[in-house]
Amino acid sequence: MSKFEFPKSIASRPIWGTLEVRSGEHHLMIAEAEGAEAVIDIATPDLMAKTHLIYIPKGTDFSERLQALNPAQFYESPSYAAALHRIRRVLEDAHMGLQVYLTGTEGMMGQAMNEVVAVGLPHTAIQTEHRGSVARRMQCVHCKGVTEDVEVDPFVCSHCGLNLFVRDHYSRRLAAYQGVRVDAEDHGNVPEPKGIYE
Amino acid sequence: MTIQFNDESFRDDYTFHNSEWAIKRFPFPFHEDSYMYSVNMEQHRGGPEGSVYEMRFDVDEHYVSEMKDRAIVLDQDPLRCQSLPHMTLAGWDLLELIMVSKSEDYPDLFELHRNGNQWRWINKPLGIDHSFTFMDETTLPYGPMEYITRQAQGDFAVLDQRDEMLWMDAGMVTTQADWSLDFDIGMNFFEWHAPVPKAHEMGIFKRALKFLLNIQQGAPARRLNWTMTVNPLLDTSPENYHKWGIQKTTLTPENIAHKQHLRVELQTFFRLPRSNALVFPIRCYLCSFQDLMTVPKWGRRLHRVVRDLPVELATYKGFIDNRPMMLDYLSQFDDGLPTSPGVWPDLETEPPLSK
Repeated sequence: MSKFEFPKSIASRPIWGTLEVRSGEHHLMIAEAEGAEAVIDIATPDLMAKTHLIYIPKGTDFSERLQALNPAQFYESPSYAAALHRIRRVLEDAHMGLQVYLTGTEGMMGQAMNEVVAVGLPHTAIQTEHRGSVARRMQCVHCKGVTEDVEVDPFVCSHCGLNLFVRDHYSRRLAAYQGVRVDAEDHGNVPEPKGIYE
Repeated sequence: MTIQFNDESFRDDYTFHNSEWAIKRFPFPFHEDSYMYSVNMEQHRGGPEGSVYEMRFDVDEHYVSEMKDRAIVLDQDPLRCQSLPHMTLAGWDLLELIMVSKSEDYPDLFELHRNGNQWRWINKPLGIDHSFTFMDETTLPYGPMEYITRQAQGDFAVLDQRDEMLWMDAGMVTTQADWSLDFDIGMNFFEWHAPVPKAHEMGIFKRALKFLLNIQQGAPARRLNWTMTVNPLLDTSPENYHKWGIQKTTLTPENIAHKQHLRVELQTFFRLPRSNALVFPIRCYLCSFQDLMTVPKWGRRLHRVVRDLPVELATYKGFIDNRPMMLDYLSQFDDGLPTSPGVWPDLETEPPLSK
């Protein structure tokens, strides 16, 4: 199952939606990994004929099924970072009324949302749906470095090497959750890591 | 009155200290023998003479040393002061508010001479005499918010107001109770308060927001908040928590009297005239347990508050592990006598400790 029910949390934690078809002349979809299934779930020939679809497989293989939907434009990118330049270029030409569909991990959706809002599109033009990995994009509050795809709590900051615990406090501007040194009051006492939702 | 400014540190050797004057005017935050969250807003229109509530921006004996500490923090981490691009006008509003208030409230310390947009600002304690053009950023060494808040005690959150909501869009934050401006900048009122336990369910933030959205020019408001800090450390930031967190474990029965501090925030709220932003100064006052115990009423009351505080709040405020040791110390100053209502020390009327 690619759908996950996130437990109830604090007010800064994002709540993701469920994609639905919206009317409009232009549609941009970014599907990461199992996010492809969310696109397949809503795809209609009419919608896809007006859609630029960007697919980031991250180890999945939905390429053929997505192309079979006959999107107006299809692009497969090895990573979000690699796709970013293309996404920005597409958004540069975007007109009011563009409908944006983001589906995949929280980290990808959060970052892409910032790109969309940065060009002046209203947040109401963006739909999201979480699919696949529940890993988080984490910012170390100490060194400010971002560690992608964090699946366990606590985890080691990929920049400064401190052991950080995973908070639910989330910054939309950074598209990241906050990581804080777990053994700050008892150096070296680091609990055994476990899955974030275990 | 003339203030004698202390030469003191808020880090390393911790030479911070309160004079007897500063202890008597300490903003003790508990008006009764127990504590629970409340919106607890009141008008900020002066207060008893000599109290921290009297002036719009209180200046005390720690002023010069606090500004030195702020400069150290900013040297080490410039991200503690940030302003999103649309907040520059609010920065000028804030500069004007502080300069006008301080020059009127403390004419012996601060002077502001205005001739149209040509302004001259004299800050005697910090040795500044600076002429600049109001609203022209090129005539200041920093942006307007940073310039003036390097000369004003306390943290400053500058909140934009739009869509019936407040947004944390600028700030100078170097003396915070464990929250990060760099992380929270751009968040709305509910988001940046998200980590606070219980208060959401109690409706505290909804009511507070409603109140704050309606604050008018010339009618500022204030409230108190509090926490506990081991050592008189101003910079209890999450950024540096990996360095200072360990200090909490250095508390012993022998050193608790001078090492454990009650940390009180005097929070005020002012509407800014041009930007319609809201500025939220958060002024931090520290007082050691041993100094607080010189006021018998506060000794009795602090013991009862700390003893009866719900576990969740003591955890959030970060002193759950040290609470038993705190109670061992504080109980010596609680003889069970009743306390008078209100926050004031009432030294003339409250009985001395009888045990």
